[in-house]
Amino acid sequence: MFVAEIYIRLKKEVADPQGLTVKSALSSLGYRNLEEVRIGKIVNIKLEAGSKKEAEREVEEMCRRLLSNPVIEEYQFKVRRE
Amino acid sequence: MRFGIVVFPGSNCDADCFFLIKNILSMPVEYIWHKQTDLDGFDCVILPGGFSYGDYLRTGAIARFSPIMPAIVEFAQRGGLVIGICNGFQILLETGLLPGAMLTNAHSRFICSEVYLKVENTNTPFTHLCRDRSVLKIPIAHNQGNYYIDKKGLEEINRDKQIVFRYSDKKGEVSRASNPNGSVENIAGIVNKQGNVLGMMPHPERAGERILGSEDGLFIFDSVIKWLEK
Repeated sequence: MFVAEIYIRLKKEVADPQGLTVKSALSSLGYRNLEEVRIGKIVNIKLEAGSKKEAEREVEEMCRRLLSNPVIEEYQFKVRRE
Repeated sequence: MRFGIVVFPGSNCDADCFFLIKNILSMPVEYIWHKQTDLDGFDCVILPGGFSYGDYLRTGAIARFSPIMPAIVEFAQRGGLVIGICNGFQILLETGLLPGAMLTNAHSRFICSEVYLKVENTNTPFTHLCRDRSVLKIPIAHNQGNYYIDKKGLEEINRDKQIVFRYSDKKGEVSRASNPNGSVENIAGIVNKQGNVLGMMPHPERAGERILGSEDGLFIFDSVIKWLEK
């Protein structure tokens, strides 16, 4: 069994209204030293695969086909055997 | 001439579209459940607004893999008329039938209000009756209508006249003040390069009777009907 942890975030050049809202909330809590807040998603997937390489290939494909939108997002992931 | 309205789990403007086409425009219309796989006999297919699949992951991201979608892509490639309204627009973006993507509104608020739209391109099946009527009053209701496209894509859709509607004021003045959600260049609606697929965030089906405050949405539906009659 393999476990994949996938991080999906908005591309750097894409504005993040959710991050901006959270930043202003943090500011109102007294955190004045904030330069930027950006919010992403984490997706955890458990999957069966013949090898780590095969699991990575499959997760890559999932990221490309559904989990991220290449117009606005980028992704990274780590796969480990469990 | 037959209209079809695709119903996904979570669509909620399907009945408004159906009512308008059947009762106001007196045209044949049928619901198309998202599990159907063909579109035989339809001339114009509408993807209505709502929250398909609860907007999980990203708006439109799951609906894009519904069983009906390959038929919609094929229908569009054959030149069939497709209209995506609000969530329907988001689904068309995720499918890749239209360029760009939607982000959360610039001020992170759900917006439900009447807006004015400057009609930028009257040379489409959806807007050719707007030649003497360049500003439409149509409501919006969305949380993710902040249209984004990269610089290169923006140049392309400007060059190819794919931008159909921009948020404006009553006089058709397009400015930052008339931009409700942060969309790039006030974009409210676009067509594909071939001009037969329209995506728009505003809801023309909610502006089809005087009692609703505007009948301007009829310009879009009447354009389609006239176009198909030709």
